[in-house]
Amino acid sequence: MSRRVNATLSCHPERRRRCAAGVEGPAVLTRSHFLSVLFCFLLLFTAFSPAQIKPWNQIQPPALPAFKPQEPIRVQLSNGMVIFLQEDHELPLIDATARIRGGSISEPANKTGLTDLYGEVWRTGGTKTKTGDQMDDFLEARAAKIETDNQSDSTTISLNCLKGDFDAVFEMFLDLLHHPEFRPDKLELAQEQMYTEISRRNDNVDSIVHRESRIIAYGKNNPYARVAEYATVAAVTREDLLNWHQQYVYPNNIIFGITGDFDAKAMEAKLHQAFDSWQKGPEAKAPDIKFTEPKPGLYFVRKGDVNQSSIDMLDLGIERSNPDYFVVTVMNEMFGGSFSSRLFNHLRSGKGLAYSVGGGVGSGWDHPGVTNIQMQTKSASTVEGIQGLDEEIDGLLNNAATPEELKRAKDDILNSFIFQFDTPEKVLREKMAYEFYHYPLDFLERYRSEVEKVTAEDVSRVARKYVHKDRMAVLVVGNDTEFDKPLSTLGPMQELDITIPPPPASMMQQGPGGQ
Amino acid sequence: MNRWFAKLTCLLLLVAALPLAAQDLASYEKRVSVKTLPNGLTVVLWRRPEAPVFSFFTLVDAGSAQDPLHATGLAHMMEHMAFKGTPDIGTKDYAAEKPALQKVEQTYAAYEAERIKRVNQDPQKLAQLKNAWEQAIKDADKYVVQNQFGEIVESHGGVGVNAFTNYDETAYMYSMPSNMIELWAALESDRLMHPVMREFYKERNVVMEERRMRTDSQPTGRLVEQFLGTAFMANPYHRPTIGYAADLQSFSASDAAEFFQRYYVPSNMVIGLVGDLDPAQVLPIVEKYFGQLATTSKPEELFTDEPAQNSVREVTLHDPSQPFYLEGYHRPSYLAPDDAVYDAISDILSNGRTSRLYRSMVRDKKIAAFAAGFTGFPGIKYGHLFAFYGVPLPGHTNEEMQKAVHEEIDKLKTQDVSDEELQMFKTRTKADLIRGLASNEGLAQQLATYQTRYGDWRELFRYLDRVDKVTKADIRRVSNQAFAETNRTVGIIQTQTASSHPAPAASKGAEQQ
Repeated sequence: MSRRVNATLSCHPERRRRCAAGVEGPAVLTRSHFLSVLFCFLLLFTAFSPAQIKPWNQIQPPALPAFKPQEPIRVQLSNGMVIFLQEDHELPLIDATARIRGGSISEPANKTGLTDLYGEVWRTGGTKTKTGDQMDDFLEARAAKIETDNQSDSTTISLNCLKGDFDAVFEMFLDLLHHPEFRPDKLELAQEQMYTEISRRNDNVDSIVHRESRIIAYGKNNPYARVAEYATVAAVTREDLLNWHQQYVYPNNIIFGITGDFDAKAMEAKLHQAFDSWQKGPEAKAPDIKFTEPKPGLYFVRKGDVNQSSIDMLDLGIERSNPDYFVVTVMNEMFGGSFSSRLFNHLRSGKGLAYSVGGGVGSGWDHPGVTNIQMQTKSASTVEGIQGLDEEIDGLLNNAATPEELKRAKDDILNSFIFQFDTPEKVLREKMAYEFYHYPLDFLERYRSEVEKVTAEDVSRVARKYVHKDRMAVLVVGNDTEFDKPLSTLGPMQELDITIPPPPASMMQQGPGGQ
Repeated sequence: MNRWFAKLTCLLLLVAALPLAAQDLASYEKRVSVKTLPNGLTVVLWRRPEAPVFSFFTLVDAGSAQDPLHATGLAHMMEHMAFKGTPDIGTKDYAAEKPALQKVEQTYAAYEAERIKRVNQDPQKLAQLKNAWEQAIKDADKYVVQNQFGEIVESHGGVGVNAFTNYDETAYMYSMPSNMIELWAALESDRLMHPVMREFYKERNVVMEERRMRTDSQPTGRLVEQFLGTAFMANPYHRPTIGYAADLQSFSASDAAEFFQRYYVPSNMVIGLVGDLDPAQVLPIVEKYFGQLATTSKPEELFTDEPAQNSVREVTLHDPSQPFYLEGYHRPSYLAPDDAVYDAISDILSNGRTSRLYRSMVRDKKIAAFAAGFTGFPGIKYGHLFAFYGVPLPGHTNEEMQKAVHEEIDKLKTQDVSDEELQMFKTRTKADLIRGLASNEGLAQQLATYQTRYGDWRELFRYLDRVDKVTKADIRRVSNQAFAETNRTVGIIQTQTASSHPAPAASKGAEQQ
């Protein structure tokens, strides 16, 4: 029986943001994600009750048994590489990831897309002695994976295999780590794929919103918002990929995590043997990025082929190291993060205006996240929707959390806390993130006790501190021929031109499309 | 290069003996308890004591294929309503709310009767009836405690609270700390016994927004709705799960209640439970609460098999978005003896960078950004489609996609796949099964699904035996059977400039109420 195609509908749209502490996902849509979302659409009578049946509110759940998650072993090699080993003997599998400092925020603006190409071609371009295709044959025959990827602040190389294949797969992993070849045919292939992505980026509302909201919140020249264009992708050469590798891939820039069915001592010895002799290199330096508030106002993207508007109210958020972070997570849960949040209750269930609605103050590990309060509503209720969100923001600023709301938001977080560390792999990923961002390794425990302390006054205070109605930028993507009222009735409006800049003439000789 | 392949073949023989084969089933059987209650409800419990948490997956064997003729989207609507509470949950005063909700239904029926009149509709009367209905809704809304069901689950540590509907089934799922098992049993049995259709007509508007988001405002959403409507004529797979806009604006809470009574019966449901759960303690709790569901006979199968297709069908969507190619061929349901052969074809064509479509269309011909062949579209329970799709690179066309796909199909028909390809499929299937055992959520879904579809969760493992038996000759035979020109439906998006594209007519207007 095959796995089902995405022809399912769920009652809850995927949330755009995680509220609780957790590992930050890739900050940008990767190519493979883009291609997968592209095709992702559609797609009583009880006679009597015996006495022992209790109504839900009379059930006293017993205390949760004490659970001490298994902590990974941390080892630091003399060359600076940090290793975490986490045994997990349930299944005969091994999974490892090396996260390397340096990502898209460090690439030159005129080569935006460089790390996307690097993250793809590192793997597909093969090693000095094996082509990427040969690696594919070898790995797929074992149902094993070695993959490379890229994020805003790092790149990764990972493996996943049955434990019996580990030695062979790890040998190939090391070969790719040390001797990547970045073969030109695979660079060309990856560039073609990025051209496809660029050519299709205005087809779907989601991809427009994802891109434009970051541009508005961060500013178009901010490295967290930059967009790859035909010209910047075409400008990337094989030399650039080799140079990137040369500049960043050193043990002192790497955090390596491994989990699975192995003996930690034996595995540690194996890793020492593999990595001890690797020489240190230059430290990866994070770029110094200036963050400025978005320019408030109403921004409009016209899209003629839709009957629903996407509304996003945007601002700069906070860093997770901010002492207010814990209060912010409680506020977000109450305001727009849960099944019974104010936004969900009022705008979805109460007014039937939206299927997708939610949001809150965003947070990043080492830079301000994007505050985004969003909904999608039919074209004919666009202005009503904006006003609805406006009122909710007023409500957040003026109406303190009721005792019930506060309790519920805290209970949501605290009672589900176990799910932050219920598998050895989650614990490992968490620790790797703390190590990467220089957070205290007990951040998760602190998170819990800080959430417990949050009061209604705290929530009001952080709402006033981080939610500024007059400073927010409002992005509307939709079909204005069907709007309930012109957007201009809400104030001055700026229409955004999202026309895709055509490929430079020099590129038209041989691409895109090889014409 | 030759040496490389010699080595590869040698290694292939080694991995043929993977740690997990069907004979290892015995070791997993010890972790599983299956219980069918006297009322017909089946529970499959897999003990996985790694951490004090559990996940469940309730599968109701009714999906949009069961939507009545006048009410497409009803199965999915019912799924939304299952979050609206019960007489105990979601209300300030059920005794007063109940008659208020009855009034909503009465006034709506009166309004609908006038609204759908073909002749002699009285506009003034229509407006009055609409007002009366809207007033009744306002009166009933006074008693609502919004989203209390979800609130109780989440504030007791529930995560991943969700549900889905597809053509074949409706499912409910979340995870909780394991000390909440009795609360879980109370909540879930309550909503499977006494769902209350409160806020129905506002939720209909929420679902309309969902339709706009997934279907109307997405190019591939627009294409697939038309494509399935063309590929299927008799089988209900031709109708969208989300429902047509007109039906979404007319069906009633009474329709949903009727659907619920017919299909949400114990013998038509299976619950998968996975986590830190001791069957000796948990099964009695499950029996105590879910045993309350009344014994009702399994609903009758109302179904028309799709007649054989005898001509090529085609849908062209002139759209402002970039080109896209899709084609599908009818195949029999998942119970067909060749089911695993279709899986083999899909795997060999599409799985990863060694797959045929990747290598031919993406790597070598350099005409597509992505291409794949897949089965199970849009469901599996009835005869469905094996489909192919291609995303052309800039400057390349749908015609090139079609030609390249057909070349690959011809190859399957006329030449055997290689030993390595067939072995990769078998190895990957086993490894994927192992990987699937690592999550409570995934496992709960698998158990409920296999128990429902095969009457025995063990088929999850026994499937490997069927996979092992697939031969090269099977792949050729099935390819020749299925991939015939007269069995083909093609759907394409042809790019048109935005200015000449009319706004979608469907569901653009304001909602009722």
